[in-house]
Amino acid sequence: MRPPAPGTESDIGKARWEREVLEPTLRRSPERAGEFTTISGRPIDRLYTQDDMAEGEAPAPGEFPYTRGIYPTGYRGKLWTMRQFAGFGTPEETNERYKQLLRAGGTGLSVAFDLPTLMGRDPDHPLSLGEVGKCGVSIMSLADMERLFNGITLADITTSMTINSPAPMIFAMYLVVAEQQGADWKTLSGTIQNDILKEFIAQKEYIFPPKPSMRLITDIFQFCAKDVPKWNTISVSGYHIREAGSTALQELAFTLRDGIEYVQWGIDAGLDVDAFVPRMSFFFNAHSDFFEEIAKYRAARKIWARVMRERFGAKDERSLKLRFHSQTAGVSLTAQQPYNNVVRTALQALSAVLGGTNSLHTNSLDEALALPTEAAAMLALRTQQVIACESGVTNVVDPLGGSYLIEKLTLDLEEGAYKYFDAIDRMGGMVAAVEAGFPQREIAEASYRYQQSVECGDKIVVGVNGYVDRDEPPFPILYIDDQASDLQMARLTTLRETRDNARVAVTLDVLKEAARGADNTMYPLLDCVRAYATVGEMCDALREVWGEYEEVPSI
Amino acid sequence: MRTIRVVIAKPGLDGHDRGAKVIARALRDAGMEVIYTGLRQTPEKIVAAALQEDADVIGLSILSGAHMHICPRVMALLKEQGLDHVKVVVGGIIPDVDRERLQVMGIAGIFLPGTPMQAIVDFINQNVQPRAEVV
Repeated sequence: MRPPAPGTESDIGKARWEREVLEPTLRRSPERAGEFTTISGRPIDRLYTQDDMAEGEAPAPGEFPYTRGIYPTGYRGKLWTMRQFAGFGTPEETNERYKQLLRAGGTGLSVAFDLPTLMGRDPDHPLSLGEVGKCGVSIMSLADMERLFNGITLADITTSMTINSPAPMIFAMYLVVAEQQGADWKTLSGTIQNDILKEFIAQKEYIFPPKPSMRLITDIFQFCAKDVPKWNTISVSGYHIREAGSTALQELAFTLRDGIEYVQWGIDAGLDVDAFVPRMSFFFNAHSDFFEEIAKYRAARKIWARVMRERFGAKDERSLKLRFHSQTAGVSLTAQQPYNNVVRTALQALSAVLGGTNSLHTNSLDEALALPTEAAAMLALRTQQVIACESGVTNVVDPLGGSYLIEKLTLDLEEGAYKYFDAIDRMGGMVAAVEAGFPQREIAEASYRYQQSVECGDKIVVGVNGYVDRDEPPFPILYIDDQASDLQMARLTTLRETRDNARVAVTLDVLKEAARGADNTMYPLLDCVRAYATVGEMCDALREVWGEYEEVPSI
Repeated sequence: MRTIRVVIAKPGLDGHDRGAKVIARALRDAGMEVIYTGLRQTPEKIVAAALQEDADVIGLSILSGAHMHICPRVMALLKEQGLDHVKVVVGGIIPDVDRERLQVMGIAGIFLPGTPMQAIVDFINQNVQPRAEVV
């Protein structure tokens, strides 16, 4: 017998186990593969033990650095917000879907806008050809926002709006509708995504160059700190970075480094760190690799708390607590055997819950084929309700805390994220890194590597490259025709004929003046909105001053 | 014989370019010459690129549901420019009801989510005859 390996008791224990138990087993029956990896390509050991744990005691939930959660009572106090992203066609059609979701127990709204709205184009622009009302709801002006929330009291709900480049315009519309309903902006709550860095990095829905885009964001920080103090001014998003093909680590690192960049720009714009950071929120992907995802959320909370305290000297506890929304991975859904997507989504949602998500969207089973039908959207919501009410996982705070694997993955992801921070800091920050194409290249590499691993069968996607069904029955989908587009086009013409166009022109001029100078752009935008200027007109006014961003295409 | 030349384009307003980029790399790795136009291309710009690059194939990546507007326009412009020999393939989210209509208007190949990269490489190799080098 060999002498015991040096080290702790458990070292000896593991060495003995490997020698006496594992090795004979491996000789008899080898493992299925030489290496086991996560979906992100991270190698995973056979067994994790006490040796993989960090020194010292893990802090409890509700205590710095919040690895185990920001609330001492977890979901025993309050469940996560079940917030289903929805939007298609005309504002009226989407309004109807919202009312259904609220009646079915949804606890917050989440607006999906169509591509012309997201890109700040009116429906009659040549690039809007065929896109109006297709991927989301078409919102051209305040009139559409009034239709979208007709019969829904904004003071009583929270609304998340996935809008980035035109975030200030859409937010201004929301605020004016609230004003019309008699709501007090001081009590209004919700979120605008307003995260332009991940657009440059991943989703590519940018309009203006990086620097003026960042200025629009700090204008919102400033405006909300004073006028809409309960509004979440930004949702720093890893979701789209992951969907574009990044690894879990890249999602974590780039998202948090984006967050750091926004904080720095806010401070540089003259804000006190604790005046705006408490209203920053985050948005992560809930992808398929169960344990790595859970570790990712825990690492995110830990890193953010440390960075806010150590790098920025934040004192308000709310600045240290990372709150996040999560959405199951759209990119993991398959067009083949679509019912399998219900299972994928349920597992992904469970990982987000075990990671302590503050709100959650579950995808519908038909989203690799089309926008979801009403029935599919309802099943997605029910999936969350089953997890919340039947699985029992909500009874305990951070139920996987102390798991050797989860704690080790949390540490590894944390360490990897700090390495990326160092690299990006050396480049001069995230804006500089984006301009140099660094995160874009990292993601493209990871995405190609993953595709190759599916291609060669290293990774199996059920129904796609394994367990394939050759005779699949047809699957019913939501087909969005051009009716919404035709109607919105007609409405645009009417709007331009009936509104006070002189007033529109004056408000747009004031907006341009503010953009050229240093005045906060939110106030002139609110006036443009009240005059029924369109999203396209407001964005064009800023395009005139700042120009448009174009990335250099590369593969 | 020269290598097959492929223009990969993202028409419309959508910026989700993961698919376009992965396919572009796969075709390049398979020995084709690939020109990636980048984002937000109008049908006019795409056909102009095909003409300028002397392309054999145009690959359109469309996820947004705008395919029934973009594809007919690309096909009409190709015809106008005398580029009938250019094969057009589409990748993305295309509902079943639209597939037949796209084939009728002359789209050579439609590739849905989950298509192996190799299937697209093979399709192009089988359906496109590389032409002699123009001196």
